[in-house]
Amino acid sequence: SVSHSQITRLYSRFTSLDKGENGTLSREDFQRIPELAINPLGDRIINAFFPEGEDQVNFRGFMRTLAHFRPIEDNEKGKDQNGPEPLNSRSNKLHFAFRLYDLDKDDKISRDELLQVLRMMVGVNISDEQLGSIADRTIQEADQDGDSAISFAEFVKVLEKVDVEQKMSIRFLH
Amino acid sequence: LDYQHVQVPFEITLWIMLASLAKIGFHLYNKLPSVVPESCLLIFVGLIMGGIIYGLNDKSPPVMDSDIFFLYLLPPIVLDAGYFMPSRPFFENIGTILLYAVVGTIWNVFGIGFSLYGICQVKAFHLQDVSLLHNLLFGSLIAAVDPVAVLAVFEEIHVNEKLHILVFGESLLNDAVTVVLYKLFRSFCEMPAIKSMDVFAGVGKFFVVGLGGVLVGLTFGMTAAFTTRFTKDIRVIEPLFVFLYSYLSYLTAEMFHLSGIVAIIACAMGMKRYVEANISLKSHTTVKYFMKMWSSVSDTLIFIFLGVSTIGENHEWNWPYICFTVIFCLIWRALGVLVLTFFVNRFHVNSITSKDQFIIAYGGLRGAICFSLVFLLPDFRRKKLFIAATTVVILFTVFVQGMTIRPLVDLLAVKRKRESAPTVGEQIHIRFLDHLLAGIEDISGHWGQYYWKDKLEYFNSKYLQKILLREYDQPKSSIVLLYEKLERKHAIELAEAGQLGHAPSHPSLLNNDRTVITDKKLEDTLNPDVLENIQEILARNLYRIRRTGPAYNRHTLPGETEPVEHAKEILILRHKSL
Repeated sequence: SVSHSQITRLYSRFTSLDKGENGTLSREDFQRIPELAINPLGDRIINAFFPEGEDQVNFRGFMRTLAHFRPIEDNEKGKDQNGPEPLNSRSNKLHFAFRLYDLDKDDKISRDELLQVLRMMVGVNISDEQLGSIADRTIQEADQDGDSAISFAEFVKVLEKVDVEQKMSIRFLH
Repeated sequence: LDYQHVQVPFEITLWIMLASLAKIGFHLYNKLPSVVPESCLLIFVGLIMGGIIYGLNDKSPPVMDSDIFFLYLLPPIVLDAGYFMPSRPFFENIGTILLYAVVGTIWNVFGIGFSLYGICQVKAFHLQDVSLLHNLLFGSLIAAVDPVAVLAVFEEIHVNEKLHILVFGESLLNDAVTVVLYKLFRSFCEMPAIKSMDVFAGVGKFFVVGLGGVLVGLTFGMTAAFTTRFTKDIRVIEPLFVFLYSYLSYLTAEMFHLSGIVAIIACAMGMKRYVEANISLKSHTTVKYFMKMWSSVSDTLIFIFLGVSTIGENHEWNWPYICFTVIFCLIWRALGVLVLTFFVNRFHVNSITSKDQFIIAYGGLRGAICFSLVFLLPDFRRKKLFIAATTVVILFTVFVQGMTIRPLVDLLAVKRKRESAPTVGEQIHIRFLDHLLAGIEDISGHWGQYYWKDKLEYFNSKYLQKILLREYDQPKSSIVLLYEKLERKHAIELAEAGQLGHAPSHPSLLNNDRTVITDKKLEDTLNPDVLENIQEILARNLYRIRRTGPAYNRHTLPGETEPVEHAKEILILRHKSL
């Protein structure tokens, strides 16, 4: 679990973001971070912090979301097979990313959802048709059950060669 | 024919004209700048010019006057660097930068000085009369990494933002150390006896020089910001204030024997934020363009003069000493970087890789500052030896290190090849994860720095902004602020010309019958041609993560580099969706 010094750091970061000083963060507080404004996925990342239908997130929620990005310690790997899976396991990290794609929460990334994300990530020089064929290609590579959408299991399979544990870990949180 | 009347301005203008024409000449041949860095070519031109002058007059060509260099040629370059310095990465890495600049330079000075003294003891080289103090003095001027040379060469190689700022920041800040040590050893040379009190005084002086420079710079910077608050009705001379105050801060610091470079940087960084808010958009553009122009001209002139001054009879060629100087410079720099990085990596989690260390060590170029300092040395018997050694070191670093750093970096960057090329899906998802992580890192902030940054922000919003800014608005969300800033010029242009989302596609990139692809059966889309096209499209068009590119570029204005163009596109897309 998270150490005391990390909690203190995150709390001071939380309070520095909380301009209204009411113990919770709103979406505007996140949008004030300049680097986030030019991140293509900025809005979706911000939304990931807020529980369903709410507009404020408290420190506990803030930490819980960030806990997905803790590096996986070596001594945790084989440890507790029976207990609840820690938030920063490979599977949960991937699930976090999957939820950013899957806006309607039907556990599938449909072609439209993929197109939306692609459009956010590429420049303006790509036409809709080109983007469509890229999306088609992506789905076709991953799709194993023939439903023209990417399920979570298929998503995991695409990324099996990628070192997700390292890619989705914030380096200072250990 | 009244040549005497116009001689001085005429000759100055001719030199500047020569420099500019040379620059045009290089860029006409497209292949050349990629193989040979511009600085090498300019020195080469200088060598030719020096040779011509020597041949015509049969005496040594005019040596670059140290005063001209320090008072007229150096300030524009440092101002340009300081004004456009990306402050976020600079302050994020300030600890490491200071460590390299201060401790690293001291390490190099003493290392080189003592080893050269050791060489002087060898009877065969006939160097016994060069005392330890002289060697230390020489060490102090040759050890410093030069910002002009570093800037010139690092543009050719594309390193990430953090590395760039480390080497660059170090080269700027080590001026304080160089100034103190140089003056210290020089005064020691003239004193009959050295007491330990003097050494302590030297150490104390270092802090005075550095911090004093920062104070002077900030004072002038704040005054400049305050002045621009009242310039609403005389927009035409607004840009002038930026330059006047910066130059004054440099000269004032030099007057008090403080570090002028540190002062001008502090001035530029301090005033930038407020001045840019106060002055008009046109003045802003004027400031940017003039700075780039002046620093470009200065830079070119410096290298040409370096070449010219090399020819002549100012040198005493004692090859053992010279060769050992070059060798020791390389060795001590490498050792210094290794040891310091070892310490740095223990405290920071973002470790500096060995490839980075190599670039830092190899990128420690010497340039015109060493050259001018060596000419400022008091005349003593072995001065020409030092001049020769300095010349060779500079030429070596600029030519050999400058030309080979690019191929070496490429060599080191070869990653282990994957067994198979990444699939399209992998590519997209990996980039997705990269953006996600960058965003999360920005949200969670970096350890420790936000304490001081927030204190400064608080101080800023409560006091400074009210005094220094003309119009003080409530803070809006970042995206709205940034969007408003862009809106005036670029957003409108982009919206009109680009028709976002409906840009004409390039027919060559996909097969001609595009529509057929979506109709074809699944097996057909496994066509390798199509796959290759898609890979190519993605490679070229996916937005890069912010930190993988250099944030400061010498020859382009800050608003025109590729990452910034992408940022604008992203902002406009998001604002549309708001």
